[in-house]
Amino acid sequence: MFMPNQEQIQYISEEHRAYQQERKNYRIRVILSQIALLVLLIVVWEIAGNLKWIDPFITSQPSRIIRTLIMLHKEGALYHHIVITVLETAAGFILGTICGTFAAIALWWSKFLSDVLDPYLVILNSLPKIALGPILIVWIGQGAPAIIAMALLISLVVTILGVYTGFAQVEPEKIKLLQSFGATRGQVLQKVILPSSIPTIIAALKINVGLSWVGVIVGEFLVSRAGLGYLIVYGGQVFRLDLVMTSVIILAAAAAVMYQAVVLLEKHFLNKQ
Amino acid sequence: MKAGPLVEVRDLTVKYHSPEGEITALQNLSLEVGEGEFVGIVGPSGCGKSTMLNVIAGLIPSSGGEVLIKGTAVRRGTKMVGYMPQSDQLFEWRTIWKNVLLGLEVQNNVNEQTKAFARKLLENYGLIDFAHSYPSRLSGGMRQRVALIRTLAVNPEILLLDEAFSALDYQTRLVVADEVKQIIVKENKTAILVTHDIAEAISMSDKIVVLTKRPGSIKSIHSIELTCSEKTPLKSREAPEFRLYFNSIWKELDVHA
Ligand SMILES: Nc1ncnc2c1ncn2[C@@H]1O[C@H](COP(=O)(O)OP(=O)(O)OP(=O)(O)O)[C@@H](O)[C@H]1O
Ligand SMILES: [Mg+2]
Repeated sequence: MFMPNQEQIQYISEEHRAYQQERKNYRIRVILSQIALLVLLIVVWEIAGNLKWIDPFITSQPSRIIRTLIMLHKEGALYHHIVITVLETAAGFILGTICGTFAAIALWWSKFLSDVLDPYLVILNSLPKIALGPILIVWIGQGAPAIIAMALLISLVVTILGVYTGFAQVEPEKIKLLQSFGATRGQVLQKVILPSSIPTIIAALKINVGLSWVGVIVGEFLVSRAGLGYLIVYGGQVFRLDLVMTSVIILAAAAAVMYQAVVLLEKHFLNKQ
Repeated sequence: MKAGPLVEVRDLTVKYHSPEGEITALQNLSLEVGEGEFVGIVGPSGCGKSTMLNVIAGLIPSSGGEVLIKGTAVRRGTKMVGYMPQSDQLFEWRTIWKNVLLGLEVQNNVNEQTKAFARKLLENYGLIDFAHSYPSRLSGGMRQRVALIRTLAVNPEILLLDEAFSALDYQTRLVVADEVKQIIVKENKTAILVTHDIAEAISMSDKIVVLTKRPGSIKSIHSIELTCSEKTPLKSREAPEFRLYFNSIWKELDVHA
C-alpha cells in the first residue's frame, strides 16, 4: 500500500497553494453573501413596514418581533412554551426510533410476521398520519401524551421500513461466518445485525427529528394549551401576527439546534466505528 | 492399524428447492480427507463447490448421504469446522483483538486459556501490535491473516476456505496464499480450499479434486507431488511438474469439452 511520507505531506506546490487559497476565498464569498442576504431581508422588511409599503399588522416587522421576544421573555412564559415543545418533540423522535427499531427486529426475526404485515405497513406508510390526529385525541385525551403519540406515529412506520431495509443489507457472508461458529439467531442479531445497522438507525433518527416536529406542531394545533404550536395558533386566532412570526422564528431556531445535536451524535458514533 | 479419514463425505446429494423448481447441486459425491491433508476443490462455476462446504460446515442439510467428521455426523452448529468466508469479513466496529475473539464469544468459551491461545496466535503471526487497532488500519494481507486467526482461535478440526482470497489483488493474493498455507501447516490443520484459480490450487494442495458440472460429483482426483526446495505456494510454482498438473486439470475443466 502506498503511504505518503512526512516530506510529501509537508511539501505544498505553488499550484496547490493557489488552489487552496481559491477554495478559501470561495467559502468566504458564500458566507458573506449568506449574511448579506439575511441582513438585506431584515432591513427591507423593516423599511417596507415603516414606509407602509406593507401592513405590519399582517406581515409583522423585525422590530416588532424583537419587542415581542422581549415581552415574552419578561413574562417568563416563553421558556415554558419552548421547553414543552422541545420535550414533546424529543420524546416523539426518540420513542419513534426505539419503537421502530424494535418492530424492525421483530420483522427480521420472523419472516412470516414480516410477510403478513407487509401490506399493512405499505398502507400505513402512504397514509398521511396527521389524519389520525382526532382519533388519537379521542383515545388518549387532550394533552401532551396525544401530541407525543402523534409525533411517534409519524416517524414510526418510516423507521420500521428504513431500519428493516438496513438489516436486510447486512452482508450474508458475515451472517454465515457467525453461523459457522454455531451462532443462534439472537447472537446474529446482537453481534452483527445491530452493530452494522447503527448508521442506518442514526439516519432514521435524523429523519425522525424533522417528522417529529411536524407531528408535535400539528398536535399542538389540535389540542394546544401550551407550546410553540399553541402560540402560533393562538396568535393567529387573535390576529397577533407578531406573536405568530416570533414563534415561527423560535421554532426554526429550535429545530436547527436539535438537528445539529443529532448530527453531533452521528459523528460521535461513526467516529467510534 | 490405519486411522480412518478425518472427514468422510459419503454419497452426498444436495437439492435446492425454489418456486422455479428443484435444483440438484450435488449428486452422490463421496470424498475422504485425511488428517493434516490440504485438499483443493476446483470445478466449473455453479457446480456445487460452495454447497459442499456449507454441508460440511453444518450450515445446510443434505438431501441424501452423510458427512462424518472423526466418525460422527456433522450437525447444525458443529464446533469441528472453521469456515473462512469470501474476503475477510472482519467487523469494522471491533478491534482486531475483539474480532479474533468473535468465535469464542459466540461459543461462550472466552476464558483465560482460550484468550491466551488467541494471543499466542496473534504474536506468532506478527499481529499482536495491532490487537487494539481497527481493521481499517490493516493491509489486505494482514486482514486475511486476522481472519484466519479468528477461525483458528476456536480450534476447529478442519478449515474450509471458499474462494477466501478472491477479493484480493493478484499480487497480494499470491503472498496471502503463501502466508495462509504456512500458518495452516504450522498449526497442523486440515483444510479444504475451494478456488477458481487452478495455479492457486496446485501450489497449495496435497490433493486436488475436480468436480463435474452441476450436479456436482467427483470427476477426478490428482495427488500433487512437486519437487522443489521449499514447498511454499510461491516456490512450488517453479517446480517442473507444475505445468503438467496445470495442463491436465485445465483440460478436465475445459468448457468446450
Ligand atoms: N439457496 C439456493 N437456492 C437455490 N439454488 C441455489 C442456492 N444456492 C445455490 N444454488 C444453486 O446451486 C448450484 C450450486 O451452487 P454453489 O454456490 O454451490 O456453486 P459453486 O460451485 O460454489 O459456484 P461458484 O463457482 O459460482 O462459486 C448453482 O447452480 C446455484 O444456482
Ligand atoms: Mg461458490
